[in-house]
Amino acid sequence: MRNYIIKRVVISVFILFFVTLVIYGLVRAMPTSYVESMAIKLSQAPGSKPYDEWLAQLNAAYGLDQPFLVGWFTWVKEFCTGNFGDSWRFTMPVAQKFKEVIGVSFVMAAISMFFELIIAIPLGIVAATKQYSKADYTISATALIGLSLPTFFFASLLKLAFAVKLGWFDTHGLVGRNFAQLSASGQFWDMAHHLVLPIITLVIIQVGSLMRYTRTNMLEVLNADYIRTARAKGLSEGRVVYHHAFRNTLIPLVTIIGGSLPGLFSGALITETLFSIPGIGYTSYQAMVGGDIPFTMFYLTFIAILTLAGNLISDILYAVVDPRVRLS
Amino acid sequence: MAKKHAEGYLSARESRRIARENRRITDRLEQQRKRKNVPETEYLTQMHDPANAVEFDNLHTCFFTDAGVVRSVDGISFEVPIGKTVGVVGESGCGKSVTSLSLMQLLQRPQGQIVEGEIRLNLGDKAYDVAKVPAEKMQALRGNYISMIFQEPMTALNPVFRIGDQLNEVLELHNEEGRSEAEIKARTIELLGMVGIANAEGVYAMYPHELSGGMRQRVMIAMALACSPRIIIADEPTTALDVTIQAQILDLLRQLKDRINSSILFITHDLGVIAEMADYVVVMYAGRIVEKGTVQEIFANPAHPYTIGLMASKPVVGKKVEKLYSIPGKVPNPINMPHYCYFRDRCEMQCPGCEGDYPGEVSLSATHKVSCYRYAQNNQKGGEG
Repeated sequence: MRNYIIKRVVISVFILFFVTLVIYGLVRAMPTSYVESMAIKLSQAPGSKPYDEWLAQLNAAYGLDQPFLVGWFTWVKEFCTGNFGDSWRFTMPVAQKFKEVIGVSFVMAAISMFFELIIAIPLGIVAATKQYSKADYTISATALIGLSLPTFFFASLLKLAFAVKLGWFDTHGLVGRNFAQLSASGQFWDMAHHLVLPIITLVIIQVGSLMRYTRTNMLEVLNADYIRTARAKGLSEGRVVYHHAFRNTLIPLVTIIGGSLPGLFSGALITETLFSIPGIGYTSYQAMVGGDIPFTMFYLTFIAILTLAGNLISDILYAVVDPRVRLS
Repeated sequence: MAKKHAEGYLSARESRRIARENRRITDRLEQQRKRKNVPETEYLTQMHDPANAVEFDNLHTCFFTDAGVVRSVDGISFEVPIGKTVGVVGESGCGKSVTSLSLMQLLQRPQGQIVEGEIRLNLGDKAYDVAKVPAEKMQALRGNYISMIFQEPMTALNPVFRIGDQLNEVLELHNEEGRSEAEIKARTIELLGMVGIANAEGVYAMYPHELSGGMRQRVMIAMALACSPRIIIADEPTTALDVTIQAQILDLLRQLKDRINSSILFITHDLGVIAEMADYVVVMYAGRIVEKGTVQEIFANPAHPYTIGLMASKPVVGKKVEKLYSIPGKVPNPINMPHYCYFRDRCEMQCPGCEGDYPGEVSLSATHKVSCYRYAQNNQKGGEG
């Protein structure tokens, strides 16, 4: 087991190395350029240098006059020494900006994941044990609707209904207008209040797939021979479903849930942007639009690390929950 | 010109109509089965012969599919005497397994339903009609009075639980003697030893995937025997095993049956196994019993053309043939059964009487019964006794 993990980590580092090459290439090829827009702005100031001179000067200052490969090597070298650079867009160290925004994203993701699990798994089991019943059709259809709705559309619907028409929530932002005047607990509730709609959006959009996954797996397990054996023993239906069948359904579930744990830190780009929540997703979006190469590189590398870690976790969990799987 | 459709074609509308009709019938049956606190008198019955462990009486088990109603078991009657082995033979899909699943009430619900007939189960001091026993009560019978050994040992054990835990579960569930946890464990290990597992303590802590097919089938047998049931259903227990292991498993079953004095309902399509194991033989064809009798009667003197065909189609040691005999034709469509003898179209011994309805049962001896017109005539000529 330990050898397996060490081997996997080494391979992951190797993969990560090339992933950064690809994303650095993509980031350099982005159509927006921070340097160009800055050069335009500066050249328009009265009595300033012409645009071309500014551009050349800024390119040299930001290291963009170097060829792509050299730039990548420099970035890797800096990254490995723990120097993540300064964000151009936010004019502060990347790591500091990251620390500022990751918290709210994590809280949002964790809460919505919690609700997802407690909604999707029980409903999936009910739908599977009562296959083709009215309950099953209702649950499956609702899940499918949630699954098919694009985030931006559903979020807009929620905003229209609950923020614009009913006026229960603000349409965007993490804090209200009078946030600064509130007491500590007031500030907490103000933020919680602003997170309701984004979390509902996340839960509804994501709960469908997990529920359908649970249902499919449960159905497959319920048709297995060992379930018939369990019934033949004289076990009650509850024990057959929640002990014998559920334990087997858990195998694929645990692995996908375990694999999605790192995703708690990756932020919800679309939802955060729609609700203007200053989380990691929204911030990275702003960075990308502004052509902020250091922050974008940091964010994308971070996502790559999370993905690799997620794969590793789900493989390890497989061995933990399924006695038939041995890692070697 | 009207569109030509293959046989068995159903339009969507027709299929919906059938599905609706089926839903109506199965819902009614399910509701009846799921009632709570059913008085015992409703399913209490009397054995016709107290020396029988189980009596199947005119059992009809149907599957309500979207293509129509399949009468998988269509009015079968036979007995399993206490301490004896009854072999049920027949080809795939003839209703052997459905018969056994009816006895366990393990049919695929809601499509599969017992629609008519009785299955009388002898509990010693009283008898239950399994066809009417409510679901709740049935759980107390399963594993305790009736147990089952399945065909596929590779998949019949839950892969995520240890062997010991799976065996303990049965003992804990039907723990009428009030055994403690340690006693249950001791009993499990004893059971594992009893079915010929050498390293019982080691196997106790193993997972199913660590055992071979033969070992797993031994575990299944141990599980079936755990509560010394009155009747053990063995549904093709050796089909998935290789021949040497087959012989061992059969030996083991025979020994253990005598040790706890239970009856075995042995389901197989292997005539060799039947000859070795069974005291009585029931031959099924397309959901009906075509012939039944003691093992000597059936093997020495097969009467029904189907049984004769089956006997002729197995290889005989020391006899060289180019090609084994096979019964011509195929089984009739189970949704659309003919009104005449189901075997008539494949039968090579037809007689004028065969044009009539499905033949009734004819007694050739006290135990030997056959459903065939050839004997109906003989009987009439000879006068019955």
